[in-house]
Amino acid sequence: MVNITGSGLAGLSAAITLARKGIHSNIISVQEAQRAQSIMAEGGINAALNTMGENDDVFKHYEDTLKGGAYLADPNAVEGLAKQAPQIVNELLKLGVPFEMEGKKIIQRNFGGQKNKRTAYVKSSTGKMLMSALIDEARKYEVRGLIKVYDHHKAAEVVIEDGTCKGLIMKDQYTNQFYKLEGPVILASGGLGGFFQGYTTGSSDNTGELSADCFMKGVKMANLEMIQYHPTTIDIIGKRMLVSEAARGEGGRFMTYKDGKEYYFMEEMYPKEKNLVTRDVASRAVTKILNDKECDGNVYLDMRHLDKKVFERKLSDMREEVLDYQGIDIAKQPFKISPGIHYFMGGFYVNEKHETNIENLYAAGECACQYHGANRLGGNSLLGAIYGGKKAAENFTEDLSGKCIELTDQEDADVSPLFSRQLTQILLSGLGIIRNEETIKEAIVKLDELDHDLNPKEHTKLILGKAMLRSALERKESRGAHYREDCPETLEEFHKTTVAAYDKDIDIRFEDIPERRSA
Amino acid sequence: MRIEILRRDRGSDVCYLQVFEYTPEDERETIASMLDHLNGQEELKDIEGNSARKITYKKSCLQKKCGACAMLANGRPALACASKLCDLEEPIRLEPFKKFPVVEDLCVDRSIMKENLRQMKAWFEDEALVSEKRNAVSYESSRCLQCGCCLEVCPNFMIGSSFFGMAGAMPFSRILNEMNKEELKEARKTYNTRVFEGCGKSLSCRDVCPAKIKIGDMLVNSNAIAVWKRYIKD
Ligand SMILES: Cc1cc2nc3c(=O)[nH]c(=O)nc-3n(C[C@H](O)[C@H](O)[C@H](O)COP(=O)(O)OP(=O)(O)OC[C@H]3O[C@@H](n4cnc5c(N)ncnc54)[C@H](O)[C@@H]3O)c2cc1C
Ligand code: SF4
Ligand code: SF4
Ligand code: FES
Repeated sequence: MVNITGSGLAGLSAAITLARKGIHSNIISVQEAQRAQSIMAEGGINAALNTMGENDDVFKHYEDTLKGGAYLADPNAVEGLAKQAPQIVNELLKLGVPFEMEGKKIIQRNFGGQKNKRTAYVKSSTGKMLMSALIDEARKYEVRGLIKVYDHHKAAEVVIEDGTCKGLIMKDQYTNQFYKLEGPVILASGGLGGFFQGYTTGSSDNTGELSADCFMKGVKMANLEMIQYHPTTIDIIGKRMLVSEAARGEGGRFMTYKDGKEYYFMEEMYPKEKNLVTRDVASRAVTKILNDKECDGNVYLDMRHLDKKVFERKLSDMREEVLDYQGIDIAKQPFKISPGIHYFMGGFYVNEKHETNIENLYAAGECACQYHGANRLGGNSLLGAIYGGKKAAENFTEDLSGKCIELTDQEDADVSPLFSRQLTQILLSGLGIIRNEETIKEAIVKLDELDHDLNPKEHTKLILGKAMLRSALERKESRGAHYREDCPETLEEFHKTTVAAYDKDIDIRFEDIPERRSA
Repeated sequence: MRIEILRRDRGSDVCYLQVFEYTPEDERETIASMLDHLNGQEELKDIEGNSARKITYKKSCLQKKCGACAMLANGRPALACASKLCDLEEPIRLEPFKKFPVVEDLCVDRSIMKENLRQMKAWFEDEALVSEKRNAVSYESSRCLQCGCCLEVCPNFMIGSSFFGMAGAMPFSRILNEMNKEELKEARKTYNTRVFEGCGKSLSCRDVCPAKIKIGDMLVNSNAIAVWKRYIKD
């Protein structure tokens, strides 16, 4: 049995890949797949299908991904990703994903940081559509007994003995009963949103607690300082709501009021890319304008000029959402946006095969650090999650046996809401859009002060939080999503992966990025 | 604001009503944000000042996209994250769904929906047929949140009954819509016994569906394929 934690795209993709080879797997997931964060993805999935007559190709996808990630990603892994992307989208088509089409041809749209129209999509609900199709496909193998789904079960911890993963411990959240599942583990439990509670666009299920547990047990993490702020989010109570990049892709313009007049600042700051600059660049520019005394203290997205058909065909969900939560019709009025945390490029330090440093332990999807370097391009993470799940599953060639053992005196602590809020505030202060040594160090001191009377779960979380801060401190340069105003240059000496390890204390090192094999 | 919550302890058969006093931050507050605020307090107290256990409910996206937070709000099935407090009449009464086994407080076990889809064989053996023409129906039916609101109000649905309700019929609409001729034979039968024959067509389900799925249109399409045996020609 291969044990997979999480039923998002990465988890389902791994399970389906295994099932097609006749290999059994368990999916352990705190809620049903329909609740996984993957269903929230809006804008689309990238693949150089070249359907738009722009001579797009795999190499351009590869180049854009590496460049967007400020050259921190593993080039060989990215090459594999870009090469497989068209096949992945075609497979999704075979599973019945109703991609936007003209006749039988998939239509592709523009996304930030890309040379060509390369993003396949379904209105503003791409993630939901992909998930619905994969859920149906996984069901087939579930009924055949190849996939066993443990919904409402939380993977509480991994079992690592002598540097090898021997399984995991899960808790049935309906009965509070604990079990041990034996066998290798593929981690697919999503990003570290729980470290920034209320400030992310994602799901509250992605607590990052399993990642923290793994880190404390010696699983290495990489590029933890690379946190993507999405430039266009709306503050709704308890969370940030994403306004998909499709808004800009379809022609939406950043705007503020300067001296009472409409000012399209991005077009002036970046005359070439204009409103389609990458997310990190856009987030910093928006932050600057928000703090600019000459402007009105707000940044808006202006979509009034778009064709009516665009709203009907491509942005209907978005239009409804903004109307619901902000009471504004985006076709008629500019609406306020601000940057919010959207994606974690950092995570488990894995190689091309998605192996961690621990034998029999793999990681894929947003919990892993792969493909996106210092900054993820929109549309690349759905792809990365599906491809990563596949790659992780490809490590297995034979069916394995593994028992499920009921445990009696296992305990599990809860992270208190107060601790969560404190941790969030401290991490935000050190890991904002614009950082410097002083604020990061202050945040570390505050974390140390918080480190008493904590239960083990909280302490574990605090340690991983500190590793994020330490990673940001040690990377004394600016690159991708990591912007240090005290070291604004990108430096060749940091053209490396930040690797965080724990063994009684946190250790941060910079490791070489693999050389590209083929040319 | 007076908030009444029908609670039940884990493993117990006894439910009890507990009342809380709550002042919303502003008019954007939803049931979900209220529950999170209550649960986020150092110590939760009911209206009489007695300390209370945290309120169990399910959530994930907080943006009405995942269906996790479905419950009864003033007797009507709704998503907690999509129900603004200011739109609800006071006192606001929150209850778990009645058609599903209660796990704790507002959290119910909806695994029957998955079980039913497994029974319906809601998947493709062969390649799905996708085209511009078919896409509107596939999109609409794939939006189903599996929240169970439709089942809660449906007069004909019960756990264990042969009729599976719209939580079964909606995902299955995509299957019918994209399935090739060969596979359709069995799927038609399934649709007839699990959906068509049991449905009274009153469409109360449509009125409560939080995703506002065009249930009527989906049924028309599925009926055409499964009952009237029409094929879609691309
Ligand atoms: C609003 C929004 C819009 C987005 N839009 C796009 C887009 O247009 N294009 C794009 O490419 N990307 C987009 N992304 C990013 C993309 O959706 C995610 O990166 C991707 O879906 C991650 O998939 P995953 O499988 O790694 O994890 P997730 O889908 O996050 O799934 C994690 C799973 O793990 C489970 N889990 C968590 N902890 C545990 C535990 N301890 N035990 C058991 N289970 C656990 C969860 O329940 C869940 O099932 C978007 C993200 C958001 C939030
Ligand atoms: S139309 Fe009526 S009987 Fe049919 S599913 Fe809806 S509520 Fe139930
Ligand atoms: S049809 Fe509507 S009400 Fe029923 S489960 Fe789907 S989304 Fe929920
Ligand atoms: S939390 Fe997802 S629908 Fe309410």
